[in-house]
Amino acid sequence: MIVVFGVLKLPAERSLAQDHRDSHLADLDLNLNLREKIGQVGFVAALSGFRAMLADLLFIQAQAAWERTEWGRVLFLFRQITALQPHVALFWDMAAWHMAWNASAAAINDPKQARQALRIKAQREYFAIGKDFLERGIKNNPRNSKLYESLAMLYRDKYNDHARASEFFREAADCPGAPSYDKRFSAYELSYCEGWEPQAYIQLRRLYDEGEQERLPTLIKRLKYLETKLNIPRNQRIPDAEPSKR
Amino acid sequence: MESTPYRMFSPWRVLAITTNTLIELVRQKVFYVLLIFALILIGSSVFMARFTFQQEFQILKDVSLGAMSIFTSILAIVATARLIPQDNEDRTLYTILAKPVPRYEYILGKLLGVLLLLAISIAVMAVLFTAVLYFREQSVLDDTWRQMRSAPPGQLDEALNAIRASGLNGDIFIGVTVIFLKASLLAALTLFISTFATTNIFTVVVMVFVYFIAHLEPIAREYWLQQRHAGWITRGFLALVVLIFPDLQAFNLVDDIVAGVAIPMAIFTKTALLGIFYIVIYTLAAIFVFYGKEL
Repeated sequence: MIVVFGVLKLPAERSLAQDHRDSHLADLDLNLNLREKIGQVGFVAALSGFRAMLADLLFIQAQAAWERTEWGRVLFLFRQITALQPHVALFWDMAAWHMAWNASAAAINDPKQARQALRIKAQREYFAIGKDFLERGIKNNPRNSKLYESLAMLYRDKYNDHARASEFFREAADCPGAPSYDKRFSAYELSYCEGWEPQAYIQLRRLYDEGEQERLPTLIKRLKYLETKLNIPRNQRIPDAEPSKR
Repeated sequence: MESTPYRMFSPWRVLAITTNTLIELVRQKVFYVLLIFALILIGSSVFMARFTFQQEFQILKDVSLGAMSIFTSILAIVATARLIPQDNEDRTLYTILAKPVPRYEYILGKLLGVLLLLAISIAVMAVLFTAVLYFREQSVLDDTWRQMRSAPPGQLDEALNAIRASGLNGDIFIGVTVIFLKASLLAALTLFISTFATTNIFTVVVMVFVYFIAHLEPIAREYWLQQRHAGWITRGFLALVVLIFPDLQAFNLVDDIVAGVAIPMAIFTKTALLGIFYIVIYTLAAIFVFYGKEL
């Protein structure tokens, strides 16, 4: 009777499993690679449906490791956490922040490393690890604006790459539920790119024309700068005065 | 005095066994598990002070739903495993069946009693969890509103919406329902095993193995159906695993729900129907075995 029932349930189970795969639900690959990353206990927890709790437990441990500035352990734990919960954008974002901002700052200010060249090398390695976390996070969560935003900030603040920063702020703005400032930030970054001033001016002007809510001091300042650089006729310039420095 | 005619099926007899089962289980203080759950919820807040609100809500949802899943799974197995052996030991089984109560009504009543216990436990845990999450969300919303009062209305709205998006949402209740279905499935399977098991401990140990094997069932299924070059012994073993054990991975939607992934209604409906199908089949199997059992 059980075997007959088993034959009857098989198509329903396969259909449901296919629906899960199509919706990217529970698409954690339970394979040896995961087993190596998260260890035996983690693997059993992942198998038993408790990966969320285990990921949180590891996250709390990572928080404690961060407070002790144990960067190797922070990286190790976040690799496990993101392997267990690839669809939680928060974990990818936190991992990138710890690596590209915190660990890199610790590396460049490391008192135990006398050679500046090696300190800079270590700092850049941490930038790359942070970037990698965000890129993999985006692969797993392609419609999450926060990850694109964080990647844009990384390019802006750590690599001084305004072009890439503008591109990723624009990607963030195209995601559902994205904050309104992503469009503005994309235009700001574009305005810093040599040779892209006309496109930046068009974007900033479009935002300006949307109304008071977009006419923030930075936007007006960048518009004024571009109006001068591009020799925009006076009758086409914005009436606002350049915001004064306080 | 006219005696009432004997009915082949009486919902009142089933109800009597159900309520009696529930009362027995409550007397065994199984609800203390709720106290532990409440303590976990309250205790976890001690760790939360150093986190941002997104991290706090994420951890709260993960811990609460994970704890609900663990506790209801354990409760389903442990509470059900002792039902028939206990009645057999106390000799109340013979008294009930001599009433006469058909064996299928006895099994049905016992199962419904356990399902009622699980439903009450899950409902209480869900209310506790929802209340804690709601009050934390309101507290964060108030703090944010106070700090950003002078910000432009668009920015304030975005900040408040970001908090609401991380907090309570309707998909959590889908997760709670799926947790209940999984626990009910485990209860029905435990009842089936207890009909031919000789001791309570045997049933519990077997169910622990079944729990883990059932989570591996989808891997076994895909390997059995897709790998043609495996030996006949391997394929035979895998077929046995696939045909006998339920696919418990199908009920692990909570991890994705907490991650913010929206569960399509079609998937939820299919999962619910599959769960009900499992429960019915294991109950029928329990009735079939119990009918043939020498008491």
